[in-house]
Amino acid sequence: MNRPEHILLSVKDISLRFGGVRALTDVSFDIREGEIFAIIGPNGAGKSSMLNCINGFYHPQEGTITFKGEERRQMRPHEAAAQGISRTFQNIALFKGMTTLENVMTGRMLKMQASFVEQALYIGRGKREEIAHREKVEEVIDFLEIQSIRKTPVGRLPYGLQKRVELARALAAEPELLLLDEPMAGMNVEEKEDMCRFVLSTNHELGTTIALIEHDMGVVMDLSDRVVVLDYGRKLAEGTPDEIRGNQDVIDAYLGVSHD
Amino acid sequence: METLYLIFIDPFVQMVVEPAFLVEVLIGGLMSGVMYSLVALGFVLIFKASGIFNFAQGIFVLFAALNFVGLMDLGVHPILAFLITVGIMTVLAFAVDRLVLRPLVNQDPIILFMATIGIAFFLEGFGESIWGGDVRPVRVGIPDAALFWEAGFGEILVQSSDLFAGVIAAFLVTVLALFFHFTPVGRALRAVADDHQAALSVGIPLNNIWVIVWAVAGFVALVAGIMWGAKLGVQFALSTIALKALPVLILGGFTSIPGAIIGGLIVGAGEKLFENYWGVPLLEGATEEWFAYIVAMIFLFFRPQGLFGEKIIERV
Repeated sequence: MNRPEHILLSVKDISLRFGGVRALTDVSFDIREGEIFAIIGPNGAGKSSMLNCINGFYHPQEGTITFKGEERRQMRPHEAAAQGISRTFQNIALFKGMTTLENVMTGRMLKMQASFVEQALYIGRGKREEIAHREKVEEVIDFLEIQSIRKTPVGRLPYGLQKRVELARALAAEPELLLLDEPMAGMNVEEKEDMCRFVLSTNHELGTTIALIEHDMGVVMDLSDRVVVLDYGRKLAEGTPDEIRGNQDVIDAYLGVSHD
Repeated sequence: METLYLIFIDPFVQMVVEPAFLVEVLIGGLMSGVMYSLVALGFVLIFKASGIFNFAQGIFVLFAALNFVGLMDLGVHPILAFLITVGIMTVLAFAVDRLVLRPLVNQDPIILFMATIGIAFFLEGFGESIWGGDVRPVRVGIPDAALFWEAGFGEILVQSSDLFAGVIAAFLVTVLALFFHFTPVGRALRAVADDHQAALSVGIPLNNIWVIVWAVAGFVALVAGIMWGAKLGVQFALSTIALKALPVLILGGFTSIPGAIIGGLIVGAGEKLFENYWGVPLLEGATEEWFAYIVAMIFLFFRPQGLFGEKIIERV
C-alpha cells in the first residue's frame, strides 16, 4: 500500500474491434500502485477483452497502454509477462497433466537466467537456479496453503483448488500487476471466502497491485479500492465502491431501464 | 482340431521346448522395436508440443540419414558429418516454423496436417535431387558380427549391430525422458503442449519452443536414420518403414513418451513372435508387414487413447 497516488498502469482511449464488432470503445482508466482495482459490468461488456489487451493477447486498434511509465500500443503476451504482468483465466488455464508443483514452477520460467544447455544438462547455473526457484515456489505454495496437493496432477483437483493453483502460478512470477479474471466464478461460499482472503493477503503482505474482474458484487465492494464499470465496451463510471453503488447509470445498466 | 492345436497349443509347446530360440526371437524383436520407438518419439515430441501430427517425420528420418551419408561419402569425418547434419536439421526446423507453421497459426489441425504432407513431398524430392536415389550403405564402424551367448538352456545368437542400436536408442530415450521431466526447458515444452494460452501468460514464447521441438525431433530422426541406415542401407524405402511408427503410436498413445517407447517394444517383439510361431506355420510367413496394423486396429476399438495416452473426455 505504498504511495497510493502513484500510477502503475494507465489505459488511454483504448478501442478494440473484431471485424465490425466493437468490443471496446475509447476506454481510459488508471490503476494505482498497490491498490485492488475491479472491472465490472454486465456480460459482454468487454471486461475480459480489456484484460486481454493489458497482457498482450489482444492488440487494440487505437489507444495506448502505459505500464511503469512505458507507453505502448502492442505487446506480446510473453513480453507482458517479462515486464511483470501475471494473470489467471476465467476458464482455468492450467497445465492439466503436470503436478501442482510443476505448474507453479512454470511461473518462474522468466526468472531463469541459465543458458539452454545448462538447463538441459542440469549443470552449473542451471542446477543452482533450479534449487533457488524451488525455494521461492515452496514459499508461494505455503502462502496459498496448497502444500498437501504439491504432487497431485492438477487435472484431478476440484475446481476451487485449481483456481488456487492458477493463482499460485501467477504469484510465483512475483508480478507487479496481477490480473484476475473472475477468480471466484463457480465457487461455493467457503471457497469464495478463502479466495478473498488470499487476494487480500496478496495485496497487503506482498504489496502486489491487483486488477480483477468479478460478478459477485458483494465480493467486489468488499475487496476493491476502486472500481470501473464497463457497458457495451464503453466506460460507464469509475470510482470508489461507494460512489459506484450510488451511480444511477450503473444501476440502470445492471437492472435495465424502462422506456415508457 | 488340427488348426486349433496349431493356434493355441503348439506355439507355446515350442516356446518351452526351445527356450533359446524364443529368447533369440524376443531379442531380435525388441531391437527392431527400439528402432520403431525412435521414429515414434519424433512424432510424439511434435504432437505433444504443437498438437500437429507431423506426417513428414518419416521423411525427416530419411532426409537426415541422406545428408549424413552424403557428407560421409564426400570424405567428411563421421563425427563432423553428424554435427553438420544436426545443424541442417535445426535449420530445417527453423524453416518449417517460419515458412509453414507461423502463417498457419490458429488453423484447424487438419490444415496443419496437410501442410506436413506437403513438407514430406518437398523433402523427398529435394533430398533425391541433391543426393540421388541410390541405396547408400552407412559405414560408421558399427560392429557387425554374430555374438554367441551361452545361456543355461542353450546357445543364443545375437547380432552385435542390433545390440549396439538397442543400447544407443535406449540411451537416447532415457536422456529425452529426463530432459522432459527434470529441466526447465522440458517443463516449458510440456507446458506448451498442455495449454498454449496459459503458456503464453507465464511468459513462454511459443515460437521459440516450436523451433526447439522441431529441432529435437530432427535430431531424433537423425539417430533413427543412422540406425536404420546401418541395418538396411539409406534408401527411400526408409520413409515407408517409418510409417510403422503409426501402429506404435496408436498402441502407446500419441501424447506419451514412455508410451512411444513401450509401444515400439511391444510392436517389435509382437510381430517377430507372431511371425515365427504363428505366421510361418499357419500363414506361410510375411506377417510382419501387417501384424502391427491389425493390433493397432484392435486397440482403436477398445482403447483409442492408447496404453498411456491421456483419456479423451469431451465435455458437452
